[in-house]
Amino acid sequence: MKNADATTRALRFLAPAAVAVLVVGLWQSLTTVYDVPAYIVPSPLVVAQTLLQDGALLLRALGVTLTIALAALAVATLLGTLAALLFVQSRWIEMSLFPYAVLLQVTPIVAIAPLIIIWVKDTTAALVLCAVVVAIFPIISNTTLGLRSVDPGLLDFFRMARASRWQILTRLRVPSALPYFFGGLRIASGLSLIGAVVAEFVAGTGGSGAGLAYLILLSGFQLNVPRLFAALVLIAAAGVALFGATVWVSKRALSRWHESELEREA
Amino acid sequence: MVAIAAVEKTFANGTAALAPVDLVVRRGEFVSLLGPSGCGKSTLLNIVAGLVAPSRGTLAWWGGDFASTGVSGRRLAFVFQSPTLMPWARVDANVRLPLDLAHVERAAADRAVGEALALVGLEGFARHLPRELSGGMQMRVSIARALVTAPDLLLMDEPFGALDEFTRSRLDEELSALWAARGLTVLFVTHSIVESVFLSTRVAVMAARPGRVIADVPIDVPFPRDDAFRVSTTAAEHGRHLSALVAGAGAAARA
Repeated sequence: MKNADATTRALRFLAPAAVAVLVVGLWQSLTTVYDVPAYIVPSPLVVAQTLLQDGALLLRALGVTLTIALAALAVATLLGTLAALLFVQSRWIEMSLFPYAVLLQVTPIVAIAPLIIIWVKDTTAALVLCAVVVAIFPIISNTTLGLRSVDPGLLDFFRMARASRWQILTRLRVPSALPYFFGGLRIASGLSLIGAVVAEFVAGTGGSGAGLAYLILLSGFQLNVPRLFAALVLIAAAGVALFGATVWVSKRALSRWHESELEREA
Repeated sequence: MVAIAAVEKTFANGTAALAPVDLVVRRGEFVSLLGPSGCGKSTLLNIVAGLVAPSRGTLAWWGGDFASTGVSGRRLAFVFQSPTLMPWARVDANVRLPLDLAHVERAAADRAVGEALALVGLEGFARHLPRELSGGMQMRVSIARALVTAPDLLLMDEPFGALDEFTRSRLDEELSALWAARGLTVLFVTHSIVESVFLSTRVAVMAARPGRVIADVPIDVPFPRDDAFRVSTTAAEHGRHLSALVAGAGAAARA
C-alpha cells in the first residue's frame, strides 16, 4: 500500500513533467526543422539563453510584479474576509452591499485602472489597488457562502447552549467557512497576479520600478521576442508558484478533517 | 417536571403540524414519542427544546412558566438524528463544547469530559477526530456531549435511526443502562415500536394530520431489560398493542 502511495505521489509530478518535456521538445523540433526566426517564435533554447543573459533584469521585474501581486492578495484577503464577516451579521447588510461587490467583479479592470492611477498619487499603491479590485470578489463570495453554510444541527446545538453571536462566529461559522475561504484564496492568488500585470500594462510604469508587464510591452516595441517569451515564462511560473503556495496552505489547514483535502487510498 | 398543555403548532405556510397536545414527563421517566413520519414528533421535541415556538398552549417546567423563563437555567441536552459533531475538533473538544460555551473552568471541564467519555465507553478515543470513528461511535460522542452537563432533561430525536440494526440494539442497551445508572429523565423520539418498548417507561403514541397524542401507554416491565426481554412474549404483546394503535390512527387519517 505504501508503494502505491509513493507511485501516486510520484505520478502527480512526473505526469505533468512528461507533458512539459513533450511540448518543449516538439516546440524545439518545429522551430529547428522549419528554421523559424527568433523574432517570430524563439525556440525553447533561445528563451532559456535569454533567461540567463537577462536574468538580473528579468528577476528585478519579477520581484516588482510579485510584490504588487502579493500585497494585493494580502489586502484582498483581509478586506474580503472582513466584508464577508460584515455580510453575515445581517441579511439587510448583505442585500445592501453585495451588489457593489458584484459591481467590482463585473467592471473590467482596464476600464477603471486609468482612473485609479490618476486618483492615487503613489504608483505602487495604485497598482496594488487595481489588483485588489480584481482579486477580492472570490474571497468575499466564497467566505460569505462558507460563513452561512454551517451544519443546521450544530447551529441549533449552539443556540440551545445559549452561545453568544461571538461564540457562534468564532467557534462554528469561521471553522465551517475555512474550506470555502481557501477555495476563494486559490482563485484570488491567480487573479492578483493577473490584476498586477494588467495594472502595469495600463500604467506603463518604466524605470527601476518596472514590472514584467512593462518589460513585455518594451520587448514587443523592440521586437525582442525572446525576452518577451522569457518574461511570459516567469509570469506563468510565478502564477503556478502562487497557486501552489495557496494549495499547500489549504492542505496544511484542512487535511486533518475536510473531505476536500483528505488523502484517500487508491 | 415538564408539562405540555394544549400546545399547538401551525407553520407560516398554514400547515397544522400539531393539534392541541397534552403530555407530562415526570422526573426519572423515559418517555418515547412514537409515531409515523410527519406526525409532529420532532416538532414537539423542538418546542420542548425551545428551538421552535408553539403557536398556542403552555409549557411548564418544574411548575414554572416556560414562556416567561425560556430554557435559561434549565440543563437541557439534545441529541439530534445525526451526530452533529464539529469535524475539525477532536472528540474531547466536541464533548467539552457545551462547557466551553458556558465558560466552565478548564480543569473541571476536562474532568467532566473524561467522565462523560467513560460513560459511553470512549475514554480511549478522546484525541481522535470524528471522521476516524464509526457511525455508532460518533453517536456515542454526541450522547457524551449531551451528558457532560448532567442535564435535567435529555431530549433525543431518533438518535439511532441511521444506524444498522446491530449497532442500534447495542446503543439502545447502553442508553437504557445509562438512564438507569444516572437517573436521567429522557424524552425520546422514535418510529421504531421495538425500540420504544425496549427503552421506555411510557410511550406516547402520536398520529398525523394533524399531529396529536392518541394514547399514553405505560411499559410496566422492570429494568434492566436485556436481549431476552426484546424477544419475550411481554415485549411482543406491548409491540402488538402499540402497532395496533399506530395502524388504527393511520387508517383513520386515510379514511
